[in-house]
Amino acid sequence: MSTNPLLHIQNVGIRFGGLRAVANFTLKLNQGELIGLIGPNGAGKTTVFNLLTGVYAPTEGEIFFNGERINGLPPYKVTRKGISRTFQNIRLFNELSVLDNVKIAYHSLAKHSIFSSIFRFPKHFSGEKEMEEKSIEFLKIFHLDHVKEEKAKNLPYGQQRRLEIARALAAGPKLLLLDEPAAGMNPQETKELMELISFIRNEFNLTILLIEHDMKLVMGVCEKISVLDHGQLIAHGTPEEIRKHPKVIEAYLGEEVGEEHA
Amino acid sequence: MKMINRFWKFMLLAIIIYTIIQLLITTEVFNLFYTNTLITIAINIILAVSLHLVIGITGQFSIGHAGFLAVGAYISAIVTMKLALPFPLALFAAGVIAAVAGLIVGIPTLRLRGDYLAIATLGFAEIIRIIFLNIDYVGGAAGMVVSRTTNWTISYICLLITLIVIINFTNSRHGRACVAIRENEIAADAMGINTTYYKVVAFVIGSFFAGIAGGLYAHNFYIIQPASFGFLKSFDILIFVVLGGLGSLSGAVLSAILLTIVSTFLQDYAETRMIIYSLILILVMLYRPQGLMGTREITDFFTSRKKNALKGGENL
Repeated sequence: MSTNPLLHIQNVGIRFGGLRAVANFTLKLNQGELIGLIGPNGAGKTTVFNLLTGVYAPTEGEIFFNGERINGLPPYKVTRKGISRTFQNIRLFNELSVLDNVKIAYHSLAKHSIFSSIFRFPKHFSGEKEMEEKSIEFLKIFHLDHVKEEKAKNLPYGQQRRLEIARALAAGPKLLLLDEPAAGMNPQETKELMELISFIRNEFNLTILLIEHDMKLVMGVCEKISVLDHGQLIAHGTPEEIRKHPKVIEAYLGEEVGEEHA
Repeated sequence: MKMINRFWKFMLLAIIIYTIIQLLITTEVFNLFYTNTLITIAINIILAVSLHLVIGITGQFSIGHAGFLAVGAYISAIVTMKLALPFPLALFAAGVIAAVAGLIVGIPTLRLRGDYLAIATLGFAEIIRIIFLNIDYVGGAAGMVVSRTTNWTISYICLLITLIVIINFTNSRHGRACVAIRENEIAADAMGINTTYYKVVAFVIGSFFAGIAGGLYAHNFYIIQPASFGFLKSFDILIFVVLGGLGSLSGAVLSAILLTIVSTFLQDYAETRMIIYSLILILVMLYRPQGLMGTREITDFFTSRKKNALKGGENL
């Protein structure tokens, strides 16, 4: 186990006015780990993602990524440091082709300037060609190359989810945040998604943090699981431990009144 | 190689159009009135295309474009009339100063979204107009006398440069970044795109060409007055873009041509002019709410790459 975790969230919290959406949240992710983040609705899971990606700046605590403090950085800078995400409700560039969606993610890795593009210098052509080739490579990995000219909004739901993951990977992350990737998928699609997650993890040497409601998926692919309830971390451990953890059962099923009084 | 070929095809077409029109002018088939209309069309296309970059491509609803037109008009007039420098230099100066104005206006306002941005840009355009209204150096409300220097050739050259720059910008990673902002700003941000930067860049490029259009505009009539750059002028430009189809460059060009012709020929019916003009707008919006071209481009009809979704004209 490396002494320096890839991601270290220390006592992070955020307040929206009087509401404490997340409080005192601590989590360490080591290089190569796949951790699940679960919790009942409104527990603050997506807020944690928004804190990590710079959509919100935490009001308390610190976030270190690769040894660098990243809280307060704007989202595009966080992405360039190597954290990339998907969204709970799919956010593709709907009117653009599948290929362009991936190309946009590859944007910050390309180098040709605005001037070289306007005046069509050789750098523009080589840069665009590289973007195109890399993007097609990504689409092939995700079996989307046959629909690359299709508009993103015209894809079936499962493919849209896959495209979103492909797009997130094209931005070249070290840490991938997946926000409910299996939401709305049928069991067959979920199974394919689980295989895909394991595959990309090995292929790209990724560290993954995953929010999911589908317990089968979470228990199936994650090595460790963190459970969030009312903005607080209530449990952290292997799927086996989490399954039996009394606080987790309480959070999901409610406490048993009779037992309390006994 | 394919892209270079496209460029030469575009240039060839441009030269053919130029030759035909020039021929018609020299053989006096086109009289001064027609020539004047042609210049107005060229100016309006430049304005439409420059606003198309801001609204159609980047999705930032700016309705203060006449402000930058005014900056370009006054700066170019100062350069030629007060400083007695050559006209092409005046055009360039007009573009640069308008771009600087765009930068100053854009940095604070482009943080706003939707209707707030629209109101802020409208406000800035009015401020620019009122500044010129109160500077005696440029004649105040009475306006400034400008010698007539704009001709068909120079307007056409400016138009070509505008089209090439904006098409090239659109069809590059930078243009794609702008389209990404239009499509989903949160996702664009999460993909590592500096959204504020690209909004400002698109705004500055748009202002630059609006400034050049202003230079041409100022030297096309004998006088410029602050009253010509009010918000009605901004709406005229906005209408070109919306009527052509948001996101379609050829649509913006097409509607700029059509509406300029319509409003020119309606000048004979001074009393009913605005009524007929408005009726045409209403009818187009009723029957083609997506605009004349929708989000498609003219080139889509000739190539097999119909599904290529990135808009902004052919790949040069």
